[in-house]
Amino acid sequence: MFENEIIEKIHQSAPKIKKDVNFMEVCGTHTQAIARAGLRSLMPANVHLTTGPGCPVCVTAQEDIDAIVSLANAGIPVATYGDMMRVPGVFGSLDRAREKGALVFDVYSVEEALDLQKDNPDLVFFGLGFETTTPMTAYAIKRGLIIYSAHKLFLPAMKALLEIGELKIDGYICPGHVSAIIGTGPYEEIKAPQVITGFQPNDILLAVYMLLEQIAERAPKVENEYQRVVRPEGNPKALAEIFDVFEVSDGNWRGFGIIPGSGLEIKKEFEKQNAKIKYKKILDKVDFTKSRRKTACSCGEIIRGLKSPKDCPVFKKGCTPDKPIGPCMVSVEGACNVEYRYS
Amino acid sequence: MCLAFPGRIISISDDQAVADFDGLQKEVNISLVSTAKTGEYVMVHAGFAIQKMNKIEADEVFKLYEEGRN
Repeated sequence: MFENEIIEKIHQSAPKIKKDVNFMEVCGTHTQAIARAGLRSLMPANVHLTTGPGCPVCVTAQEDIDAIVSLANAGIPVATYGDMMRVPGVFGSLDRAREKGALVFDVYSVEEALDLQKDNPDLVFFGLGFETTTPMTAYAIKRGLIIYSAHKLFLPAMKALLEIGELKIDGYICPGHVSAIIGTGPYEEIKAPQVITGFQPNDILLAVYMLLEQIAERAPKVENEYQRVVRPEGNPKALAEIFDVFEVSDGNWRGFGIIPGSGLEIKKEFEKQNAKIKYKKILDKVDFTKSRRKTACSCGEIIRGLKSPKDCPVFKKGCTPDKPIGPCMVSVEGACNVEYRYS
Repeated sequence: MCLAFPGRIISISDDQAVADFDGLQKEVNISLVSTAKTGEYVMVHAGFAIQKMNKIEADEVFKLYEEGRN
């Protein structure tokens, strides 16, 4: 009943705007929720929902994947979260390395990686993800785990998308669990209508309505629909954990390249646990020129919202969840995987 | 990957708690949230509680939002 009420409000609000609007969701869990509930089909003709760079596996740079697979192939035990195992690279995937005999473990939490380290003292944890996932990696570094960091700060990507200006973005549906950590304040720097929202269909519909009203009233701001989890101040304890261990660096994103100030690198005081330093000799021998080679896969453009999966020449034609060519087809939050399963 | 689930804390031992997720009980690390108590709901991501929850559901946000506009 409540859902119908919001849909009605959206349809009352949209005609007031008298133009097409494009709202980008920038969280992979939102991407899945929108597709699963069929929310795009409920939108008025002038309201478009576009998927952005919200899937951490998808935005991880090819160079980082090729580096971690090279470490595994060189005999270093590697652990990471499940979705990353099947992302193909120049030297194969972590899964393929395991098939060939490398010690590769998929884990649900860093505590499992810490347990694995007891029998595998050289184990490297491939840390990836945004502010939601980084505090756990920081926790593990403090307890002695060796890390290859591909962690990223999320807001620089949202700013970069607006600055690049390839796509008109009229509003952001902001990520719920990144916001649980960072709070609402940091979004104020981004000059666009924004609503932080939860993951139920009702939450996302309400965010769309709130964005439409911001545009109709010409009052762009940051609103928090997900008050049951997101506090204005975020989670100061988790933020402190991140910055005890990490410092801001330039981040390498698939689809963007380097975004200044978007990366998180391990501080000097923990450098003995930084796999990029500890295993520099192995990594220096890796030929990364192929990592930068352009392929038929359109993940880069899909991540920037310029293409939908159906525009990719290999979508369903050689690239499927069973035999993925790019990470957007591997991750259950990737735009291509979601499109494949729900369209 | 930022998927998280709400769980109710049923017991606590230092930084570790046991939380109930709709009948399924699992260990949760609660070191990243301050003063979590038995009976409280926490949002759990990759084995760690990332925030304590309150009960402001979407329909209430909507109600408050509409009231604020009238």
